[in-house]
This record gives sequence, C-alpha cells and structure tokens, in this order.
Amino acid sequence: MRYAMAVDTQKCVGCNDCVVACQTENDVPIGHCRDWIVEVTTGTYPDLGLEIRSERCNHCANAPCVRTCPTEASHYAAGGIVLVEEDECIGCKACITSCPYDARFIHPEGYVDKCTFCIHRVEKGQNPACVSVCPTHAMIFGNLDDPNSDISKAMATRKWKSLIPEAGTEPKVFYLL
Amino acid sequence: MNRREFIKIAGVGAGSLAFATPLFDFSKEEILAPDAHPGMYSKRTPTYCEICFWKCAGWVHTNDKGQIWKITGNNDDPHSNGRLCPRGTGGVGMYTDEDRLKTPLIRTGERGKQVFREATWDEAFTYIADGLKKIAEEHGPECVALFTHGSGGKYFGDLIKAYGSKNIAAPSYAQCRGPREVGFIATYGEGVQSPERVDIRDTRCLVLIGSHFGENMHNGPVQEIAQATGKGATIITVDPRFSTVASKSKFWLPIKPATDMALLLAWMHVIINEDLYDKEYIEKYAYGFEDLKAHVAQMTPEWAYGITTIKPEVIRETAREMANASPRVIVHPGRHVTWYGDDTQRLRAVAMLNALLGSWGRRGGYYYPAKVSFKSFPHPAFPKPARSWKDAFPGKYKLAGLALASGICDATVPSSERDCSFKGWIVNGTNLIHTLPNQENTLKAIDALDLMVVIDTMPMEITGYADVILPECTYLERYDNIRVGPHREPTIALRMPAAKPKYNTKPAWWMAKGIAEKMGLGHYFAWKDIEEKLEWELKQVGSSLEEMKRLGVKKFQRDDDDPLYPMEDLDDFEFYTNTGKIELYSTAMEDEGYDPLPKYTAHEEPPYGYYRLIYGRAPMHTFSRTANNPNLTDLMDENSVWVNPKVAQEWDLKNGQYLWLENQDGVVSKTPIKVRITERIRFDSVYMVHGFGHTNNKLTRAYGRGASDADLITKVHIDPVMGGTGMRGNFVTFRFEAGKELSS
Ligand code: SF4
Ligand code: SF4
Ligand code: SF4
Repeated sequence: MRYAMAVDTQKCVGCNDCVVACQTENDVPIGHCRDWIVEVTTGTYPDLGLEIRSERCNHCANAPCVRTCPTEASHYAAGGIVLVEEDECIGCKACITSCPYDARFIHPEGYVDKCTFCIHRVEKGQNPACVSVCPTHAMIFGNLDDPNSDISKAMATRKWKSLIPEAGTEPKVFYLL
Repeated sequence: MNRREFIKIAGVGAGSLAFATPLFDFSKEEILAPDAHPGMYSKRTPTYCEICFWKCAGWVHTNDKGQIWKITGNNDDPHSNGRLCPRGTGGVGMYTDEDRLKTPLIRTGERGKQVFREATWDEAFTYIADGLKKIAEEHGPECVALFTHGSGGKYFGDLIKAYGSKNIAAPSYAQCRGPREVGFIATYGEGVQSPERVDIRDTRCLVLIGSHFGENMHNGPVQEIAQATGKGATIITVDPRFSTVASKSKFWLPIKPATDMALLLAWMHVIINEDLYDKEYIEKYAYGFEDLKAHVAQMTPEWAYGITTIKPEVIRETAREMANASPRVIVHPGRHVTWYGDDTQRLRAVAMLNALLGSWGRRGGYYYPAKVSFKSFPHPAFPKPARSWKDAFPGKYKLAGLALASGICDATVPSSERDCSFKGWIVNGTNLIHTLPNQENTLKAIDALDLMVVIDTMPMEITGYADVILPECTYLERYDNIRVGPHREPTIALRMPAAKPKYNTKPAWWMAKGIAEKMGLGHYFAWKDIEEKLEWELKQVGSSLEEMKRLGVKKFQRDDDDPLYPMEDLDDFEFYTNTGKIELYSTAMEDEGYDPLPKYTAHEEPPYGYYRLIYGRAPMHTFSRTANNPNLTDLMDENSVWVNPKVAQEWDLKNGQYLWLENQDGVVSKTPIKVRITERIRFDSVYMVHGFGHTNNKLTRAYGRGASDADLITKVHIDPVMGGTGMRGNFVTFRFEAGKELSS
C-alpha cells in the first residue's frame, strides 16, 4: 500500500474549498492551514498562462522531516503516510527546517502539525476531506501499488510533475498537467 | 474527548484492520458514504446553505457535545451534488463569529452613528408595530418597502403584504440579474431563472462574457464546467481580465471593456453570413430572422475589430467553434449583468445568438427546469394595495418585472414631483450601503425615513442607520421555508436547526409572526410554530417533517408532458411571446418604444490617467455577508487592486503598497487598498473584488480591510427598459494620501 494524491491543475480553480474543509474537519486553528493554494502566472498580456495548485505535505517516501526528528515523533505510518505523534513531539522545529515544502507549522498547543492525508477518514474508506469536498473533482487519492486505482490510471495516462524533485524527497503528491 | 483525541484513537485502533484488508474503493466513496458517516461521535442535521442564492443542500455535523463541527454536501442534491463550495464549507464561521448581533437594539443616537440600547423582543416589536401603524395612518401602508436578500425575506414579505404593501425589492434584480431576465423574456417568453437553466454538464462549447466562474463560486456551474471540459468541451472566455476560467479556455478574448455588444453583433453577422445558423430551428421557432439578417449585415468582424480590439479572424474562428458545437453550445447570460445601462439589449443579443445556434430547449444548451408545485400554509387573502412601486416612476422602466431596490431608494428621497415618498424600510439581510450604487443618494433616502428596521445576523454598515435592529440567528440555528428550487429534476430540501440559537437571536419566521400579532395581523400567520407550518406543507406533497429530517433532499419525478429539452422532444412548441415564437425581432420591446433589435452604442472611455473600475468576486466570499467570517477571512481578509505592470511602471507603484482610489467625481475610497501588479489585467482597467472596505468597527476582522468598490460607484447608467443600475462606467485613478490633492 502506497497512498498518494494527484491534483489536476487543469481542473483546480483555486477556490480554497480544500483548505477550509481541512480546517473544519481537523480542527486546524484559525490562522494556520495544512493545505494551501499556489497560483503561478506566466507570460505577458495577452499571452498568459496560469497554474493553480492545491499544496500540502507530500508524504515523501524519503522524508527529511522523519530523518531529522530527534524523538521519532515524525514517522511513517501505514501506507507510507507521514505523521507526527503529538505526545512525542518536543516542538524543536528540526523537521520544519528540513522540509523543503514548508508543509509544517507549530500548533498553538506546542506540537508540530501538518497534513495527515486524513488518515482517520482513509481508514474508514473515505477520501481525505479536501478530496471529498473539491467542487471540480480536481484531486484523486488512492493506492499507487494498485495499478487499477484511479490515481495509478491518471498517472499512467496524464502528464504530471511533482514539486522540487531535485530535493530527492520522493514526494507522493503529484500535479497533473 | 475532544476531536483531536478522537482522531488519535481512531488512528491507533480501528486502523490496522482496514489497512490490512482494503475493502474500500475510493472511487466509490459516494456509495460507501452513508455507512461511513461517523455516527459514533457525530450527528447530522439537514440544511441548505444560505451563503449564496444557490442554496446547496447539505448536512451539518455536530460533535458529542452538540457543537457544530462541519458542513458537508448532500449527495442527493442537484444543486451541490454532495459538494459545497468553500463558503458553504466555511459556513460554520457564520455560527461561531463572536461579532454577531446578539440582542435586539433600539437606536438612541443619530442615524449612522451606531449608538443603540439593548431592548427586549417585546419592546422592539412594539416600536416597529407603532411605527408601521403611524405610517399607515399618515401616508398609507404602500409607503413601506421591504428590501430583502435570503430566506427570511419570505416571512417579512408576508408581513408587509398583510400590512397592505407589496413593495418587495431584492437588490439581486435591478443591481444584478434583472436585465438578463428581461432580455430573455423578450426573446423566449421566459427568463433564465435561478439557478440558471444552462445545461453545462452536456455542452460542447461554453461561451462566457465577463462571467468568472471559479472565482464566482456558483457551485453548480463550477462543477459542471469541470465535468464538461473533462469530456472535451471547449470554453471561449471574453474578459478584459485573464480570469481563472480564461486560463482554462481554448479561446480567451481580451476585449476592450464596454464593447461586448459589438462582438455579439459581429458573431451574429458571421453565423448568419457564413450560413452557420440552425436553419431548421430558426424556420420552425423564430420570428424576425430577415430583420435580424438585415440589421447585422454591416456589422462585420472588421467593423467590430475597431471597437473591441478583437482580431477579425478570432471573431470568425470563435463563431465557427460555436457553430460546430451547435446545438450543444451555451452563450452564457451571466448573472451580474448591470454594467453600462444598455444591458437588457446586450442580454437580448446573447439570447438571440443562442437562438441562431439552436441551443434553447436542447441538450447541452438551455434546459426547461421543473419544480414541485408547492402549496403554502393557508392564510386569508392579503389586502389589495392602492399603489405599487411602479407608480413611483410612471412611464419609465416599462419592462421591469420585479420591484427595483434602487427605484424605491430614489422614490424615498422627498421630491415635489411625487405625492408620496417611501416612509418606512424593512431591510432583511442586505447591506444596502454596499449593494446600491450612489451611496450619497442612499443616505439621503435613509435620512428621510420615519422608520427603518434592519434584520441581520451581523452588524453591517446598514445596521448603523436602523431605528431597530433585530438579530437573526444563523441558518444553522433555524428552520426556514422548504427549498423548492427549479432544476433538471424537481426536488425539495429542508433546513432545520443543528444547534440552539446563540445569544438572544431568533429566526425570521418568529419575528415576522410576532410583529404581525402585535399589529393584530396574527391571522395571516395562523400556524402555531414553524414545524406545524412545514408539516402541513410537506403533507401536501406526500412527505413529512420526519421524512425530510432523514433525507434532507427529496427528489420528485418530472411530469411526462414536461420534457427537459422540449425542442428535441416535442413536435410543437408555443413560446410565451406575442408571436408565440422566439422573437429575434422583439415585438414587446417595440410596443413599449424600445429598440426591437439591439444596437451598439459607444460608452464613455476613461479620461487620461484614469482606469475603468471592474469589480468581481473571490471564491471564498459572498459580498458583505462573509466579510467577517473567521474561517473565510482566514483565506482572504482584504482585497487588492489589480494593476497592469505597464501602468504600475508609469505610476511607480510597488507590489503590496497601499494607496487610495479616487473616481471621476472626486470621490476617494474610504480606506486604502493594496496594489497587486499583475499581467492578468488590461492596461485600461483596474480590478478589485467586491465586498471589502467595511467601515463598521463592530466587524473586528473586516473593519478597514481593503476598499469598497461601492464607495467609488457614483455614476450610474440606468437601463431605460427595466431600471437596472449600470455600474461599470466608473473610472478611478491612484492617490497616495487620503484626502489631499495629487500631482502626477
Ligand atoms: S477545492 Fe479543488 S478546485 Fe478548489 S482549490 Fe482545492 S483543489 Fe482546487
Ligand atoms: S512534505 Fe515536508 S513534512 Fe511532508 S513528508 Fe515531505 S518533508 Fe516531511
Ligand atoms: S454555492 Fe456555496 S455559498 Fe452558494 S449555496 Fe452552494 S455551498 Fe452555499
């Protein structure tokens, strides 16, 4: 089992529904977010391009945050999901510094927080909250080890990229182009 | 146990099993969802969203403490298809917002100064009842008007009808979609309605003129656009701004603002002259084709190029693209269409272009919506008012189908030309200060009132001017009328309280009934409480409150003789027009003395150093309504003014700097706004998102954040056909200090 997510940049309209759905689902305190939207404009008027991405923790297969965590609070859970064990987190921020994607933040309660791929939902057979709410169905969540999963099929038929591949983190959030 | 702890436990416990045997399939979530609902620790209550008019049905989930946790879509709902937009998802913030209105207030200071005393509901009702009775005695009940936006309006509407007035105005008509309805009614005998009857799901080509879906987050169309483009549909977007949807379009036409009419006429010219129109359809259903053909004969793409700056070959290519997709093509009418004052005519042109392409009444074009015929709880006949809002402006706006909020506002300002001006306003859920153009005029009108009652959940600019403020509980804390929206298939939806009203807030039905009883009009609200009323009404359509609490949304069958696409399924069809045909040449317009065929008129251009003010929407906000919502302001808490880099260079502007905008009449924005330098806007225009720049300091998150475009809309071009207020003819320049003169 290898959980992954693909975000279709052709569909995403940057509405932020994924952000607010995550916030309510996971009680993310106001002022923080586990996922966020990036818009990149290219060209000059009127020859323009716009890429919109819903970004979050990439649940890297080779995760620097896990490597640098002194207490093993940051760890790989089932399906390769990268999690933080709140009680073991000492708030030292080593992981925050080592993550090339700025995916982590200090929760007001003192521990480090970030996207969990909504593991509590995934375990019940539901999609992560962001995926299940997206009005344009821009996100696909699933198991990369299953060649028949929607995500495997999308990755096989569409052009895609991941973010900062040169960092060698082996991200598992992909962007369909 | 708080939710965080629960998540932890779930993560450790039940988890391992599920991982070992992956019984689930993410692609089938819709099917699994009902079982997967976390019944263990949450309860769900049906609702329909109140954050915009789309009224998506969903579920409010409460935790074990009975606190509202989250809101999700109802899978059976054709408005939401199980997915809410960001505002709907963030609707929780309407409930948690600590700045809400908390108790009835009666004004003790000057209007607009926000000085009030707390009052009991009984005091507030007495004050209102006395005020209304006094106006009725001195001027007649027709001198009271209701301005309304949202569900509660129905109850206050019944209240003023029982009282003897039928002046019920929604700014969504004259300030928004009115011209579209009139333009389409003149052509097809029927309006576009709401939700719009466009079959985007099955279209092959979607043409958007200034509509910025995706930023304008009307849930249905945004979902269906993604669906349609996924199936290969193309989009043609006409917009001076590179909008989100322009970036997803096959063709983006960066038109010179205010020239859309020329493009529409040139498109019709190409489609007629290249023989691309649907001949059979036109022959069978249309009236006045030859007149139209002659009318557009000279309106070539070359002619339009000089006006629109869109190259002739692009006009031809896009016209052919539409024709290739015909009849599964939608030239979308848009929604906020009050731009330049000739808007009804422009929307007529849109309607006519659709007719040439044969898309009305066809799959992938415009469908015929159906709705459940729904009986309201019986009440005695309302008294017949002696006068109506139309009498306030005799001989003008003859095709206005609904009351004009702006017209009533004008007719409130005392004038020797009228024997009676409006004396009382009831304002429900609409921040007229930001909604109506020309604030100075609005304030003059308010100043002349004997009574102004405002009902809202939040303090707004308008609440500051009220004599009495009635705090409504949010939609998550109340029942409302059953939603009976028209759609492809008829449905009804229930909204019920998911939590007890916070503070001393009450639902609109309770207020309207209470005031009616105070005035001796209780017999118009003959139900004991809202549950009794809804139960009776649901029974008439074979349902019950118990059933609706379980389902949230109930679907009904369409009648067999009422097909979704009558131009495909019926042999004959008679349109509700004078000729019974689709009127390319409008006899109704002609009869009332308006142009029967739309003409291009040049609109005013920005003076040197000024830029056309274009405003629009952001996906996470609905105007003032969400401006202070903690979840949504967290996503966007101020607007910015979009400026083309060339313009920025000329003025030496820096990204992120704050400045003021000053319009052609010397009116300066009340608050400063942040500059966003971007290639995405034309050099002759600036753009900002509407709904910011609040000056009511009771809105702790919204106060002073960003600027209000409404402040700067002082010049209004009134649509002579129906009284719409064209608001896109205002021009702004930059100012680096508040209040002082600027040398550039
Ligand atoms: S909810 Fe979907 S469309 Fe909206 S920003 Fe997120 S990914 Fe994009
Ligand atoms: S994105 Fe950052 S936080 Fe997430 S797994 Fe990779 S390194 Fe760790
Ligand atoms: S479109 Fe969004 S704001 Fe409007 S009713 Fe639906 S969920 Fe609510």
